Amino acid sequence: MIEAWLDDFLFRAVLAGLMVAVVAGPLGAFVVWRRMAYFGDTISHSALLGVALGFLLGLNLNLMVTIVCVAIAMLLVILQRRQELASDTLLGILAHSALSLGIVAVAFIEGLRVDLMAYLFGDILAVGTSDLVAIAIGGAVALLLLVLLWRPLLALTVHEELAQVEGVPVVLVRLGLMLLIALVIAAAMQVVGVLLITALMIIPAASARRFASTPEQMAILAAVVGMLAVGAGLWGSLLFDTPTGPTIVVAAMLGFILVHLFPGRLIPRFGDR
Amino acid sequence: MSQGSHASSSVPESDPSPLLDAREVSLERGDKRILDHVSVQILPAEVAVVIGPNGAGKTSLLRVLLGLWQPTQGQVKRRRGLRIGYMPQRLQIEPVLPLSVRRFLTLRQRAPRARLLAHLERVGVPHLLDKPVQSLSGGEMQRVLLARALLNRPNLLVLDEPAQGVDIVGQGEVFRLIDDIRCETGCGVLMVSHDLHLVMAGADAVICLNQHVCCRGRPEEVSRHPEYQRLFPTADVRGIGVYKHDHNHVHDLHGEVRGLDDNGSGESQGSGHCDHHRRGLPKR
Repeated sequence: MIEAWLDDFLFRAVLAGLMVAVVAGPLGAFVVWRRMAYFGDTISHSALLGVALGFLLGLNLNLMVTIVCVAIAMLLVILQRRQELASDTLLGILAHSALSLGIVAVAFIEGLRVDLMAYLFGDILAVGTSDLVAIAIGGAVALLLLVLLWRPLLALTVHEELAQVEGVPVVLVRLGLMLLIALVIAAAMQVVGVLLITALMIIPAASARRFASTPEQMAILAAVVGMLAVGAGLWGSLLFDTPTGPTIVVAAMLGFILVHLFPGRLIPRFGDR
Repeated sequence: MSQGSHASSSVPESDPSPLLDAREVSLERGDKRILDHVSVQILPAEVAVVIGPNGAGKTSLLRVLLGLWQPTQGQVKRRRGLRIGYMPQRLQIEPVLPLSVRRFLTLRQRAPRARLLAHLERVGVPHLLDKPVQSLSGGEMQRVLLARALLNRPNLLVLDEPAQGVDIVGQGEVFRLIDDIRCETGCGVLMVSHDLHLVMAGADAVICLNQHVCCRGRPEEVSRHPEYQRLFPTADVRGIGVYKHDHNHVHDLHGEVRGLDDNGSGESQGSGHCDHHRRGLPKR
């Protein structure tokens, strides 16, 4: 039964999209709380470099993307420590250099014709069973990591020094967050592509804010909103014959606008429990 | 009101050894020397205040004492079993993070609602428990931060500019509250401030810092010290002690006048009134 379903490219696409949205939403909440949107963008832009390296070395692409993303994230943290350049300048340099380097590297690989558009904007309809397994594993690890890190990460987000005095292993938790972001980028690359991954993280989280009165509610709602956007985007892309990744992001955007058009007082809020 | 019976545990401080002992601590960042051979001891049930002009390294010293930064030279010894309650200078929480006061208080350790309420009541803001943290005023936030620091049953309270962003009436209240809590729980207090008048009155030891320790001693001694007068030429010596005189009423957070019995702060006014606690007598 499941095997028959897995043969259906649409079923695989829906499953892949939902799995990614489930992790991207809650992680997106942290990206929004910690003002890391541009940071996430920079890291995801470097994913293409991972793809190129993966092809070059003949290694698993998801693994390579995760490694490169973590490496770029750490490089960024080291550069930020030196404080010679403002953070946004550094992010801009790294984001665009990594993206260009990735595209150039892919072009250098002989005998390989890579559909660049598929990596930049995603190709969810081409998700195969092995991709599905990779996304499932990456997503599950990320979700587990997020649950384990949730409380210390939240404490860190509220006040880093206070958290440190209270015994939160700050460096370890921050490294964990970077690993998390890298894992989600690797998993989401096929769904919306490296250029749009950040949108799948922050738009659902920003929409969820209006209904939430605790951090946990916001995270869970972000996952739900993200799943709705994936569903609506897939359906819309089939209906209008549009590229799927961007259509998913458009769906998320429409949801965000809809949520914010409503006057605040009409919006039901979940209780603080 | 039963002071100290619920909100804070009274820890008998019979051990006279210092809570924190920093010896010859120096700190360099880049090629700038921020702290120069600073030695500081914090004794149990003592209020130690670090004062100094802007850029004197006060907050850096605090970070080294808290263990957030490693000193370039020297060492900081902490007493075994030291529990620090830290109240940071400012806390701004992004509006995009939905967080109630209750949730903020339990970020690190879970606690039953009644215990949280008791702590908030001790600092005078029980009505804030379910409010979003972003809706609090500066003074309310300071009180919530103090309540959070107390939740950990600290034997050392570390406060960085505890009255910043609080109006002048509220400032006096915050300092009196800190003093009361010190008397009730017998915890040591380490405070950093540049509000000389308000802070020095309640202090047992004042450390005047400007990269190095310029002078130290009891407030009266420090205020007469030539180094201190050179650093703070406009400081009005007569103003010190403004919170030592007895009040027959207090102003609460909303500026309303209340009798002293209303919040129990009549028990102790200034450090002079709880000398017996300092010698290690538990409150209950």
